[in-house]
Amino acid sequence: MSKIYVPLDSSAVAMGADAVAEKIEAITGTTPIRNGSRGMAWLEPLVEVETPEGRVAYGPVTADDIEGLIHDGMLEGRAHALCHGLTDEIPFLKNQERLTFARCGITDPLSVEDYAAHGGLEGIQKAIGMSAEAICEEVMTSGLRGRGGAAFPAGIKWNTVQGADADQKYIVCNADEGDSGTFADRMIMEGDPLLLIEGMVIAGLGVGATKGYIYLRSEYPVAKRVLAAAIDRAYWKGLLGDDVLGSGKAFHLELFMGAGAYICGEETSLLESLEGKRGQVRAKPPLPALEGLNGKPTLVHNVISLCAVPTILAKGGEFYRDIGMGRSTGTMPFQIAGNVAHGGLVEKAFGITLGELVNDFGGGTRSGRPVKAAQVGGPLGAYIPVGKFDMPMDYETFGKIGAGVGHGGIVVFDDTADMAAQAKYAFDFCAHESCGKCTPCRIGAVRGSEVMAKVIAGEDVDTNLELIEDLLEVMEDGSLCAMGGMTPVPVKSVLEYFPEAVGRGQKDISMEGGE
Amino acid sequence: MAENLSQSQRVNHDLITAHVGEVGGLMRALNALQEHDGYIDAANVPKLAKAFNITKAEVKGVISFYDDFTRAPKGKHVIRICQAEACQAVGSRVLTAVALEKLGIGLGETTPDGRVTVEAVYCLGLCASGPAAMVDGELKGRVTAGLFDAFAEDEA
Repeated sequence: MSKIYVPLDSSAVAMGADAVAEKIEAITGTTPIRNGSRGMAWLEPLVEVETPEGRVAYGPVTADDIEGLIHDGMLEGRAHALCHGLTDEIPFLKNQERLTFARCGITDPLSVEDYAAHGGLEGIQKAIGMSAEAICEEVMTSGLRGRGGAAFPAGIKWNTVQGADADQKYIVCNADEGDSGTFADRMIMEGDPLLLIEGMVIAGLGVGATKGYIYLRSEYPVAKRVLAAAIDRAYWKGLLGDDVLGSGKAFHLELFMGAGAYICGEETSLLESLEGKRGQVRAKPPLPALEGLNGKPTLVHNVISLCAVPTILAKGGEFYRDIGMGRSTGTMPFQIAGNVAHGGLVEKAFGITLGELVNDFGGGTRSGRPVKAAQVGGPLGAYIPVGKFDMPMDYETFGKIGAGVGHGGIVVFDDTADMAAQAKYAFDFCAHESCGKCTPCRIGAVRGSEVMAKVIAGEDVDTNLELIEDLLEVMEDGSLCAMGGMTPVPVKSVLEYFPEAVGRGQKDISMEGGE
Repeated sequence: MAENLSQSQRVNHDLITAHVGEVGGLMRALNALQEHDGYIDAANVPKLAKAFNITKAEVKGVISFYDDFTRAPKGKHVIRICQAEACQAVGSRVLTAVALEKLGIGLGETTPDGRVTVEAVYCLGLCASGPAAMVDGELKGRVTAGLFDAFAEDEA
């Protein structure tokens, strides 16, 4: 009996994958392998069948389709209306450059053997034979920058923690992926959790930390289940514990659950939360690299940053550095989301344009209407108009126009989008999620929403827009962290690229008829 | 009844003391209580304060900070509809309005008979399969208004 794969990924489960897997088992008597997602969300649940030529894809499959599919020869990989041929030949996948996601969807996420058979553990094995300084140097050479949004050079952080003298150091993985339009962290945690564990262990060896925590958001129940099981397996197989793979070095790892606060994706807020407190932002300095969790040196990294580490160690920092564009080295898992025909995960070297991602990979909007804008980099990212879609995706190019690549999320909007409403939402979201510690963010967000409501109602538009611009400056310059400091980014992008949406330069319609 | 109550109190006591001394123990205890009871009973606040050697105000501060911790029981069914941008781009605002109209409640409210609570959630990571929702812990993608019919009908 050929192997059958049905993803356990949230995007597949949300479309009925569990029922599909049950139906296949009921009919064939074979339990399908629950793999990660290949990242083609519009085809989920994507059922794959192993054939001598390779894996053949069927999707989107519902439980009701299974009987017919099996009758028509799905188990032999035969043609069908839902068949997409060999999975690897699907252009969306074929045109990617997968390093971090190389195994995602291919392997059984919870099989250490499968992981090792597909290139896993090469990085840690190299790291075990290296000095701590040499490990940090390799990360420095790679040019890796934090993938969570801030894009801070990872090597500098590693060296700082490595150089700090303390009786205890920590590795903390920021898995509080709250940005709308992003799901790369979730996908890799569900589809290749051992990669994250390996990355954290290497980080531990590199900076001299023996204890790690994964701070996971509570909105990710599948990732929670998969990670917990993967950590168990990793202990069982000796990747975690007092003697990591016979190296004589210890690394212990624990999963810690958040409780529904977006701000806890900010690293100091996350550390407060991990200490069991309100997730209020800390002033920096001191840097978490010197005084982090429990006041000890702590390396805090996003999931994808840590997942890049095994590849960097296995293939060398230079290999990684030579991919990408300028100071944006390596690959980035971009996530195409929102109103898009072919949404999903596209891992490419930096430098691909926004248009290529939205139109070539994404196939335009799901609604079939023209694209109006794409918000890049989450709720604190800019709305980019179609006219700028030739922009290459790299940190510097986006930085120049006051935007950011962030965590690589791209949310597509069609021409029915109300851009003024989106600008107001940016303030509303900030008001809802602000930790309340600094005034520009706590009060600014509320005032911004109120004034934007007046603009939308057509009340004294030009004066109120001036007020908003003044407020944005205060938030940008005066906020303690990126929450208040970058809420202005989406708002400003609307004011700049979609001035007609806020009625700029038009006369005060609320006064009309009264005269 | 008194016996049940004391048993539930005993469980809560265990959930609290199990996490004393752990990193982030208070968060762990609160998550455990919320999961077990469906809310954080005010009676647990002084117990938490005592167990973790902090003030009651500090405990309340932590409870009020996080959206997941609620101070009253929710409805029998909990529907969480994503309100974030990727779902907005595929009509979550209208979808939410329709759901609330069918159930006759506002966002964050519970039907008078205590059957259904509708809450906002900010991203379930299903951004390419929106609008997304979570119904009694189960993830749902490409949600249409039909999803809410079953909950609305029983209402009548």
